[in-house]
Amino acid sequence: MEEAEKADVIFVIGSNTTETHPVAALGIKKAVRYKGAKLIVADPRRIDLCRFADLHLGHRPGTDAALINGLLKVIIDEDLTDKKFIAERTECFDDIKDSLKQFTPEYVEKITGVPKERIINAARMYANAKNALIYYTMGITQHTNGTGNVRALANLVLSTGKIGREGSGLNPLRGQNNVQGACDVGALPEYYSGYQKVNDEKNQEKFEKAWGARLSNKLGLTATEMTEAADAERLKAMYVMGENPLLSDPDINHTRHAFEKLEFLVVQDIFMSETAELADVVLPASCFAEKDGTFTNTERRIQMVRKAVEPPEEATEDWKIIIKLSNAFGYKMEYKSPADIMDEIAANTPQYAGISFDRLNGLGIQWPCPDKNHSGTRTLHKEKFTRGKGLFTKVEFIPSRELPDNEYPFILTTGRMLTHYHTGTMTRRSAGPNEHVKEGYVELSHEDANRLNIKNGEKVKVSSRRGQIDIKAKVTDMVSQGIVFIPFHFKEAAANMLTSRELDPVAKIPELKSCAVKIEK
Amino acid sequence: MKVTIDNKEIIANNGETILEAAKRAGINIPTLCHHPKLSNYGGCRVCMVEIKGMNRFVASCTTPVADNIVVETNTTNIRQSRKTVLELILSDHPNDCMTCDKTGDCTLQDLAYEYGVKENPYIGAMRQYPTEDKNPYIIRDFSKCILCAKCTRVCNEIRGVGAIDIMKRGFYAKVAMPFDEVLDCEFCGNCVDVCPVGSLTEKIAKGKGRTWETRKVDTICAYCGVGCGITLHIKDNTVIKVTPTEKESVNNGSLCVKGKFAYDFINSADRLKKPLIKKDGKFVEATWDEAIDYTVKRLKEIKEKHGSDSIGGLSSARCTNEDNYLFQKFMRAGIGTNNVDHCARY
Repeated sequence: MEEAEKADVIFVIGSNTTETHPVAALGIKKAVRYKGAKLIVADPRRIDLCRFADLHLGHRPGTDAALINGLLKVIIDEDLTDKKFIAERTECFDDIKDSLKQFTPEYVEKITGVPKERIINAARMYANAKNALIYYTMGITQHTNGTGNVRALANLVLSTGKIGREGSGLNPLRGQNNVQGACDVGALPEYYSGYQKVNDEKNQEKFEKAWGARLSNKLGLTATEMTEAADAERLKAMYVMGENPLLSDPDINHTRHAFEKLEFLVVQDIFMSETAELADVVLPASCFAEKDGTFTNTERRIQMVRKAVEPPEEATEDWKIIIKLSNAFGYKMEYKSPADIMDEIAANTPQYAGISFDRLNGLGIQWPCPDKNHSGTRTLHKEKFTRGKGLFTKVEFIPSRELPDNEYPFILTTGRMLTHYHTGTMTRRSAGPNEHVKEGYVELSHEDANRLNIKNGEKVKVSSRRGQIDIKAKVTDMVSQGIVFIPFHFKEAAANMLTSRELDPVAKIPELKSCAVKIEK
Repeated sequence: MKVTIDNKEIIANNGETILEAAKRAGINIPTLCHHPKLSNYGGCRVCMVEIKGMNRFVASCTTPVADNIVVETNTTNIRQSRKTVLELILSDHPNDCMTCDKTGDCTLQDLAYEYGVKENPYIGAMRQYPTEDKNPYIIRDFSKCILCAKCTRVCNEIRGVGAIDIMKRGFYAKVAMPFDEVLDCEFCGNCVDVCPVGSLTEKIAKGKGRTWETRKVDTICAYCGVGCGITLHIKDNTVIKVTPTEKESVNNGSLCVKGKFAYDFINSADRLKKPLIKKDGKFVEATWDEAIDYTVKRLKEIKEKHGSDSIGGLSSARCTNEDNYLFQKFMRAGIGTNNVDHCARY
């Protein structure tokens, strides 16, 4: 986290850092205010971080690839690349050069709405820095071209050699406390723990031996694909632990419809969520303060979570519920404590091989940690990348699947706000946040509000091809003309009634950051 | 450079203050306004020390070390000076420790105890302000404020927010929002965490328990992916307060509004407390055995009829690594499918 202070330039794109990762943002602010770092913010909204920025690139939602390609084009044209790094550490650089031809500052200005001078300035600022960090979040990934957006950023990093040392790199900020860890330990359809592919025979054999069970080598379905499969009645039953797709999924009318078709749904949670309401069986679980275990943060840091209080009445720890269920199902599980489970994770997961509870005091350990004497790894990709050489990939600009038109003239982008979290199950049941921000709102520019004669605080109807919500208007200069923003925490005015379930074909991430809506009084 | 503090020879760093050099040497100089992460303020005058050869006391928090100085931090004169300073502060501070939520965790109270401040020899006008508790999170009692400016410095220097500053001067000085309006800021609560007295306290912790009645457990915040270290303050089986951990942590003493204030969901009446089985469209309470048996029966039927891949599991980015590992192991080795995912994509 303190790495921001070592950067000369910080480039934040698609991350409203001060609201979604407030404490990570402190490092960025400190770097800018006290260490002389320059800050470039690329976001369609004039987010709070812009107060500290040297440059704000307010590109239209869904035009990230064009913007990043435009920056790279300037860097190449002005000969600001790191030739030594390109030669020694990367491959296929020449392949992408041609593909960038069209991305002149003029062309990129037309697509993104960012004045070309700013594009040129930003490119120079980034490329000329000795050390530069990029931070991104879902503003980059939640698009049908999300994978392309990330690859474009990787191209930018590789061409300027800004990776593999402190103060430089490409950093996704993970949105949930343990999204990193859940991925690491194999809660993914294509990987066992440690990103070991399930369709690789050696891995299958390894885990069959470790777990004493026959395992499938067929890739599983992603969360979004499960909803589709339920809708198509190919998926008949689901076990959902601590997730609330009925508020967090795009196009929740569709999700509800699909979940209602399931023959059997079991939900394990701490509250009666929208999803739990549809369940056949609900199992009362424990929250973070009621169990021992570990979370892995956005910098791959494995940290101890400690039980502080007992869960209410008959509610119990999630790991205990899974053991109960598994044993009753006929697959034997025996663990005395979460420490035992971590020992098994360590035995089967190369990145976690050196981890055990007795080592996790204080700041924890950053993986990869290959053995018990290893102190963890702070910076990745120092000498080489995971695949060997850094690969340049051509990135086309593919516009969002649904663009504004006469009927639905606004681009809706969604996200979090500071006070609330995700589907609100926790923050909306906490007195302070619930009193502070009671209801959802749609951010609307002054120009659009004037044109539609909408006053600040007035109720409006926002609709898309998929649904409609009634919501309070917040007239603000956060958004530009033609763009509206709705936080997705509020079930009474759920942004995801409106969003589209178009997916990025590679990462299967839905396009939550851009769809077309209309606004009426 | 070499300095001598309380007869102890210390190698001090250039630019270091006397207070910092002493602290490194294990000599504790009391202070109310100094905070190691904030700029040096020199406001409270509690940290005064004597330097041999100087005819006045100096504030150790703002005085840099100089080569070969000889410093005394705890002479009779210094202690008398500190006692007077404390008496002056307490002459304009309500004597209501018995109902103050800060009792037991209050630096002013601790110092009054250490220096034996009892009577108030400086009777006169006292600042009287109504308590501001109209904001959702923080009780601001300005009659208790000692104007140490830790809150304004943390708000400006660490958070970059600058919501508050000290308005007016002298007896009328007061920490305030612009135009002295009701507090409206990011509500990170860092001002509460650094307040040395009971001027700023958490609204939801009010009256819930004394600091010596609580157990403290260090854990990790359950909101975003930053992984801030937090300390839960527990009385009986209830978390009554959250503070940033004082140990080494990624957040270095800071939290946000969610980590600091959004924890009372733990004790929400809405918590699920018993297993439930839906019968005729309505949830009915069940025992664990009933719920597990029924779930297993249904999953087995479906697996037999439609195959393992007709079942899917959504694990959770909110749960621990251990929960997630067992969940995917159950789906893969128990159910027999790789249909397991979580909300990494939302």
